[in-house]
Order: sequence, then structure tokens, then C-alpha cells
Amino acid sequence: MMRFMPPDNANPAVFVAHGLTKVYRMGEVEVHALRGIDLTLYRGELVVLLGPSGSGKSTLLNILGGLDAPTGGEVRYLDHMLTGATETELTRFRREHVGFVFQFYNLIPSLTARENVAAVTEIAAAPMRPEDALALVGLGNRLDHFPAQLSGGEQQRVAIARAVAKNPAVLLCDEPTGALDSATGVVVLEVLEKVNRELGTLTVLITHNAGIADMADRVIRLSDGRIADIHANAAKKAAHELSW
Amino acid sequence: MRALDRKLFRDVWHLRGQVLAIAAVIMGGVATMVMSLSTYESLTITRDRFYSEFRFAEVFVSLKRAPEPVAERLAALPGVERVETRVRAGVKLEVAGFSDPITGLLLSLPDQGEPLLNALHLRRGRMVQPWSADEVVLSDTFADAHGFQPGDTLAAIINGKRKQLTVVGVAVSPEYVYQIAPGSMFPDFKRYGVLWMGRNALAAAYDMEGAFNQVSLTLARGAIEQDVIDRVDAVLGTYGSTGAYGRSDQFSNRFLSEELKQLQTTATVFPAIFLGVAAFLLNVVLSRLIALQRDQIAILKAFGYPYLAIGVHYVKLVLLMTVLGVAGGVALGAWFGQGLSNVYMETTFRFPYLDYRLNAGVILVALGISAFAAVSGTLFSVARAVRLPPAEGMRPEMPEAYRATLVERIGLQRWFSAPTRMILRHIERRPLKSLLTVLGIACACGLMMVGNYQKGAIDFMVDVQFRQGAREDLALAFIEPTSGRALHELAALPGVDFVEGFRDVPAILRFRQYHHRAALFGIQPEGQLHRSLDSNLQPVAVPPGGVVLTDHLANEILHVKPGDLLTVEVLEGRRPVLQVPVLGITKQFLGVSAYMQKESLNALMREGNTVSGAYLAVTPGMETELYAKLHERPRVLGMVANKAAIQSFYATIGEFILFYNLVATLLAGAIGFGVVYNSARIALSERGRELASLRVLGFTRGEIAYILLGELALLTLAAIPVGFVVGVGLVGVLVVAFQNELYRLPLILTPENYAMGAAVVIVSALLSALLLWLRLGRLDLVAVLKTRE
Ligand SMILES: Nc1ncnc2c1ncn2[C@@H]1O[C@H](COP(=O)(O)OP(=O)(O)O)[C@@H](O)[C@H]1O
Ligand SMILES: [Mg+2]
Repeated sequence: MMRFMPPDNANPAVFVAHGLTKVYRMGEVEVHALRGIDLTLYRGELVVLLGPSGSGKSTLLNILGGLDAPTGGEVRYLDHMLTGATETELTRFRREHVGFVFQFYNLIPSLTARENVAAVTEIAAAPMRPEDALALVGLGNRLDHFPAQLSGGEQQRVAIARAVAKNPAVLLCDEPTGALDSATGVVVLEVLEKVNRELGTLTVLITHNAGIADMADRVIRLSDGRIADIHANAAKKAAHELSW
Repeated sequence: MRALDRKLFRDVWHLRGQVLAIAAVIMGGVATMVMSLSTYESLTITRDRFYSEFRFAEVFVSLKRAPEPVAERLAALPGVERVETRVRAGVKLEVAGFSDPITGLLLSLPDQGEPLLNALHLRRGRMVQPWSADEVVLSDTFADAHGFQPGDTLAAIINGKRKQLTVVGVAVSPEYVYQIAPGSMFPDFKRYGVLWMGRNALAAAYDMEGAFNQVSLTLARGAIEQDVIDRVDAVLGTYGSTGAYGRSDQFSNRFLSEELKQLQTTATVFPAIFLGVAAFLLNVVLSRLIALQRDQIAILKAFGYPYLAIGVHYVKLVLLMTVLGVAGGVALGAWFGQGLSNVYMETTFRFPYLDYRLNAGVILVALGISAFAAVSGTLFSVARAVRLPPAEGMRPEMPEAYRATLVERIGLQRWFSAPTRMILRHIERRPLKSLLTVLGIACACGLMMVGNYQKGAIDFMVDVQFRQGAREDLALAFIEPTSGRALHELAALPGVDFVEGFRDVPAILRFRQYHHRAALFGIQPEGQLHRSLDSNLQPVAVPPGGVVLTDHLANEILHVKPGDLLTVEVLEGRRPVLQVPVLGITKQFLGVSAYMQKESLNALMREGNTVSGAYLAVTPGMETELYAKLHERPRVLGMVANKAAIQSFYATIGEFILFYNLVATLLAGAIGFGVVYNSARIALSERGRELASLRVLGFTRGEIAYILLGELALLTLAAIPVGFVVGVGLVGVLVVAFQNELYRLPLILTPENYAMGAAVVIVSALLSALLLWLRLGRLDLVAVLKTRE
């Protein structure tokens, strides 16, 4: 419990959330996806969100990323209030500050690797060159391949390159290895680790796989819409040391 | 299967926008068919009923004069059932407050009892009193045009003598359902009227006491019409008969038949085009819709549903849409059909009543065609989806293989942003689908052009006919053939700028087994007023010594070509039978005619310089004065003023065209919107996930709208020129299908036609874009991040 405090006070808070709740109403039934979350995330950390399926991980991530609004409570990003922001403001927030990586890559099939990245850098303020972003994820030699010509792991790495190319302050990954075998998954995690280390991007990584938690600075466990436990890894492992 | 049925209703509800758009396409096609076919059937049934209830005669003959006992000889002829003799007189009419020339036809009614044949249906007032001297019944068109009520009076110049007449009734006759003054092109209700008066009174005024100059008769059961005609001709030849003829040559009936034939063509060609296009669109749209459900089909299969059940499920889905569309189409078509029938009744056909019928067969055919189109489109896609192994169907689709487009490969790529490349590659990736979409939209454009084509075509026909061909201001007919010297007298009248004489001779033209009953027209070869036109619509002089036929008469009716010898049976004077060479073919859109040089015709008739009438150019502003002068001349019988004829033509068909354009615009618009909206909506379903991902990455609604709507815009723009080609093609089909004796439509498309075609597409696209824009606002971003169900 000592380690609830950030390891280094020089790192300011990026996200501060208070009393977040989320209720999905489906006719008569109410699903409480989040039941009061208090949370602070700091610049440069690699955070793993762990929890069984249905515990609210994705819901939390979506709210942080400005894709969804909480039913109650509030979230602040740096000095912007996300709760109560308009759709246009949220779009700008995502465009300028957030990189997303999805379980199913969601690349644009009609664009090459380079162009998938360029699609995002074209609308960003101070992006990397798409080629550099792809080099960062180890795909410097696959620039002109279309998604259909890439393996799953490669597609996911393109998705990561696309997410980081605009130099976002935050990288949000929802089960990025969920659709991959473990060897390929490790390659993807290595890329995320590298991005986090070299660019200092706050990285939030969802998984229901405890083995992956060892690479995090902090591990946040969700259970039934509540934070069950937060703990910092004293000695975090490198991605290539992981196995599951 | 209860769960599947529940799925069915949910799907329908979920897809309601598309369901309605597809139903609109079907509705457009079905409504056209129901409208045309029901109108055709109703008018045909009405005509037949009217003819039989009012004892429309079967053989008619006009003659100079025969004593009444001759009728008994006719009645005794084998094959003749009933005979009725009449007196008929061409008259000039005077209506207070109306200065234009009015031509009238006075027919006798028996003074005792009902007419045996060609009975009148009284609309208002009463029949003439037996033995009354001045009572008349008016044809309703004429009465309505002038607002005559029983009790009103008008005057007639009968045989040069002025007679005051009192209107006692207004009636409709099976003989004059379609009324056109002799020598006129169009019906003109104000300037031509048919009147009936007592036999005794008319005979007294026309010097026909104890005699008749018109006979109608009906045939005995099993009698052959041509035999009876020959026998009647043999009896009446010596009494100056112009030859007996059957219903098919009876003026009103002939026009009526032509109109109905043309309506029948409308009833087959238009629905064939509309329903054909609708079926094509339905097929395209539905196959894409089903393709989108391929994961659901895979799941159903995984559950163990048999193929058949899955197929039936989707067939039910599309049949629901079809039934919805057909029901709407039948309702709309019946409504339009009644409207159209009424317009016909007001403008063209005077029936005493309308027997509107909507045949169940029509509905079944519409349902059958629509269902076939829908189900075949569906089954094809279902079969393809069913063939997929379930696991593959459920797996998120592999990214599709794209490649750089042609424009990029030739080095233009740096001009395109990533979204633009997405648009181009998406189109190129699915060339067939893009092509079908373009074709579908193009069809809507083409339909619109067909629907609006008529007005421009009619303007063009009228322009050619009256500003190139028949340029006279006034055509007048003498009571009988007259010396050419009469023209000098006419030229001397105030207000007459120019006079051309013409000679017209009633005749039957024969070639091999074909024949046509018409007037042989002798015109002045150097004529300035009345000219014949070559195929480039340039005036050409008629050469001497032979006859020149208008194209439809030569090619479609008589099947002759220049050089052939035509047999001409003259029905006037000594009734010679002549062999006349065909010298040429001229172009004419309205009616059919046979022209000769006047001198050549005079020579054939072995007469000197003789004219039957004259064409006049009139000084503007002098018309009224001139009409009054001509009216006083006893030898001048009828007059037709072209300008007035054109005006009345437009007044009558204006309503018709308005109605037609409205209907065509509505239906083509419905089809156009149905296609464009469906294409766009399906594109959204196909690419929703991709677009939502982009939204998550921070793209604005405007930016993703550009990708989706940019493609729609590009396809729409590409479809417009294709649509023009489709439109021209469809109009070409129409032109060929609609050739008839009354008119041939020219293949003329005005800039407005093109503009309307483009407009329906653009408006549909804008409307669809707006709806899509609203939908893009409701795109579920979070769903994209979720595992696929
Ligand atoms: N759109 C939705 N409508 C209704 N319930 C939802 C929706 N999204 C998520 N839920 C419910 O919220 C809970 C948390 O979901 P989620 O955050 O996706 O869980 P996790 O990502 O941890 O598996 C689950 O019970 C889920 O069923
Ligand atoms: Mg989740």
C-alpha cells in the first residue's frame, strides 16, 4: 500500500478520475459496468488494466479515451475536463492527444501500411513521418503492403505505428494481443514497451492475462466495476521475458 | 422457426429505411403498370359497352342523294340486319359573341321513335320534339366549350340559308366519341360541333325531302363485312356514293382505336421499362443487402438450420418488402389510373360514363414480376452465403485485398490525400459493384428523361408541322370542287396576303394486299404555304406525274417504295380507278398524307384548273373581318384556323401532359431515390466499422463523411452521362413502339429533359447524403473496439 503514490513526483498527473460510474440501461435491466472509480495516471507510465471479462476494463478505457461518457463522476485530462465536453471537443481531444490500438487492428483495408499511418499523421499537429513510425515498430520494410498482405502481428504493429505516429500523450490499447498467438503477442508487446520507453507516452494496456502484468510500472486490477487493487512492480520485466 | 420469424420482424424494423426505399422502387414500377393497364382496360370496356348500348352501326356510307325507297333495297341485301337512312349536312355555325369560323355537322334524327342505330346518350335537356322545325341537340363538347344550355339559340348556314336553331338538349354519340373537323389535325371543341335535328326539318332546309344522303347499317350474324360493303356499293354507286366503309374506317372509331392502341403500347412499353429497371435495381440492392448478413447466415448454419430454412427466411424478408411495394404500387396506380382515365375523358374521348376497372390479373402479374426479381436476387446471394463454411463466415472478415489504383500507378498519387485514395481504391476494388450502382442510378436518370420527353417532342412536332409544313393561317373548303378562278376572288378579299389552291379527292389507295382510305392532296409544287418536307425537314417540291407519300403511310401502311405503282380508287365524280407511280417519300410527324401536284391531279381527274379549297395567309389583325366576309360566301363551307387549332390543341393536351409529367416525375423520383439511398446506405453498412475506427482515431464527422459521400458523389456524377445514354436509348424504344397513324414521335430530347434526368439523380443523392450525414452522427464508436459478435 506504500506504493499507491507515484514512484516519481516529477511526473505530473495526466488523467485524474473521481467517482466514475457507468450504468448501461437495457430496458428493465441495469448493468453497473463501473461502480465508483478513483484513479490517477501519470506521464510516462506503463499501466496494465487487469481483470476478468466483464469487469469494466473496456468501459473505463473508453471513458478515458473520450469515446464514452460516464454516468457519474468526473475525469480530467491535464487541465481539460472530459466529462461534459461536447462531441467536437472530444473528437479534438482524441485527434490531438490519444492513440488507440484495438484487438482487431481495424486497419483501413484500402490503404497501405504507410498510408494507414499517413491517414492519421495528415490530420495531426506535429506527427512523425509515417516511415519513422513504421520503423519504430520494425516494419520499415513493409511500407507499401496492404493489410491483406500482412500477418496479424504485423497488422497490429501497423496499428501501433498508426497510434503513436502523431506523438500522442496517451496510448490506449484494448487487448492488443487478444487475437494473436503468444509469440506474436510478445513482439507486439515489445513494440509497446519500446514506444513507452523511447517516447515517454503514457500507455494503458488492457488484458485479462496476468502474465502480461509483469511488464507494467503499475497494475490496476478491476473486479465487478471497482478497483480491487493497485500495485507497482518493483522490478518490471522486459516484454521478451514474458510468457503465457 | 418462431425465433427466425422474430428475427425477420426485427430485421425489417432495423432496416426500415432501406425497406421503404426498396418498396418505393417496386411501387414505382408497379404503379406505372397498374395505371396504364387499368386505364387501357377501362377505356376499352367503356367503349365496347357504349357501342353496344347505343347501337353503333357497323357499315357507313355517304352519297349525294337517293330516294327513300332505295333503303328497302339495302335492307333486303343478304348480310344486312338493320338499315337507317339519314340526312347529313355540312354547315357553318354562328354563335353570338364568338367571331372565329365554326364548322358544324347537322345530322337528322327520325321524327318517329328512337334512332335505330347510333343512338344518342342525352346528357342534359331533352330530345327534339317530333316534327319540330328548329330544335337541335348539341354534341356535349361543343355545348360545353360555349356554355350552351337548353333554351339557348344559335344560327346555322344550311345550304346558303341562315336558320335560327334552339338548343333543347346536349348529348353524346358513339359515332362522335372523337370529333375532328374535316381537314383539321386536332380536336377543337370550340370550332367544330355536331348537331342533331328532326329529319323533316333538316330535309326541308337541305332539299332532301323524301331522300337521304347517309346510311348506317348493321350486319346480320355471320355476315362478312367486305361482302356487304361490295353489295351496298353496287346499289348506291349510281347515287353518288363515296363508297361504303366499315367501323375500321369510321373516323371517330378509327381515331379511338389508334388512341387505344397507343395507350396499349404505353401500357406495355412504359411498365416494361419501369418494372424492368425496378427489377434490376431490386436485384442489385437485395443481393448486397443479403451479402451483409453473411455472418448471421453462418451462425444460423452453425446452429444447424438447414439451408432451405435459411433460404426461406430471407425470401420471406424480401417478399415482405415486395408485398409492401406492390400494395403501394397498386393503390397508387389505381389512383393515377382513375386520374388518367378522367383526363382522357375530358380531353379526348367523350363517353357518357367511365367503367373504371382494376383487373385482378394485372395485380397478379405485377406481384409475379416483382416477386421474381426480388427472390432471384435474394436466392443468389443466400446461396453464396450458405456455401461458406460457418467458421469462416463468423470470423471477422479478412481485410480485403486492395491495390493502388490506375491513376496512382501512373504517378498521380501525390495529388491524393489518404481519404481520397480510399475512395478511389474502394471503387476500383469493386468494379462490378460500382458499375451496377452507376447503372442503377443511370436508370433512374433515364426513366426521368422518358417521363418528361413527351412535351419537347410535341413542341417539336407542332413546330415542324405548322412552321415548316402547313404554314397557312387559314384553310378553307368549298362546298364542291370549284374553278381555280375562285382563288382570285379570295385573293382580292381584305386581309388576304396570299392564296394557294388545293384539290383533294377522296380515294382508296391500294398496293398488293394493303389499302388506306384517305384524300389525295393536289398542292402547288412551288407552294409557299403548304409544303411537303424531306427527311431533313427541308421543303421539297412535289414532282409532276405521280404521288408522294409521307413516310409512315409508305413504309408502315402501304408498304410501297418509290418506283412502285399505286392503285388509286377515286371516290368522287366518275370514280376512276387509276395507276399512279410513287415518286418519293416525305417526312411528316402528324397524320399521314398522299400529295400530288395539283395540275397532275386535275389531269388524272380529267378536269381543268379545279380546286377543292384554298390555303390563305392572313394579315395579322384582319382575321375577324376576313372571317365575317368568308362566312357570307355561300360556296365556302368549312374553315380551319391553324393558330386557333394549335392553341386548342395545347389547351386540351396541356392537362394531359401536366398529369403525365407529374406521375412520371413522382415515379422516376421514387425509383431514383430508392436506388441512390440504398446504394449509400449499404455502403455505410459495409464500411461502418472502418469509418468508426477513423472516428476513434480522431477524424471528424465531416472527414469520414467525405470518404463515404465522396464515393457516392463520384458514382453519382459518373452515372449522369451514363443516364443520358440510357435515357436516349429508352426514348428510342418508345419512338419505335409508338409509331402510329396519328403521329410519330421524333427522337428529340431537349436540354430540359437532360436537366430533369440529372436533377432527379442529384436531388436523390443530396437527400440520401443528408440522411447518411445524420446517421454518421449516430455511429457507434465503442462497438468498434469490442470483440465481434
Ligand atoms: N453497450 C453496452 N450495453 C450494455 N451493457 C454493456 C455495454 N457495454 C458493456 N456492457 C456491460 O458492461 C460490463 C462491462 O463491460 P466491459 O467494460 O466491456 O468489460 P471488459 O472489457 O472488462 O470485459 C459488462 O457486464 C458488459 O456486459
Ligand atoms: Mg473488453
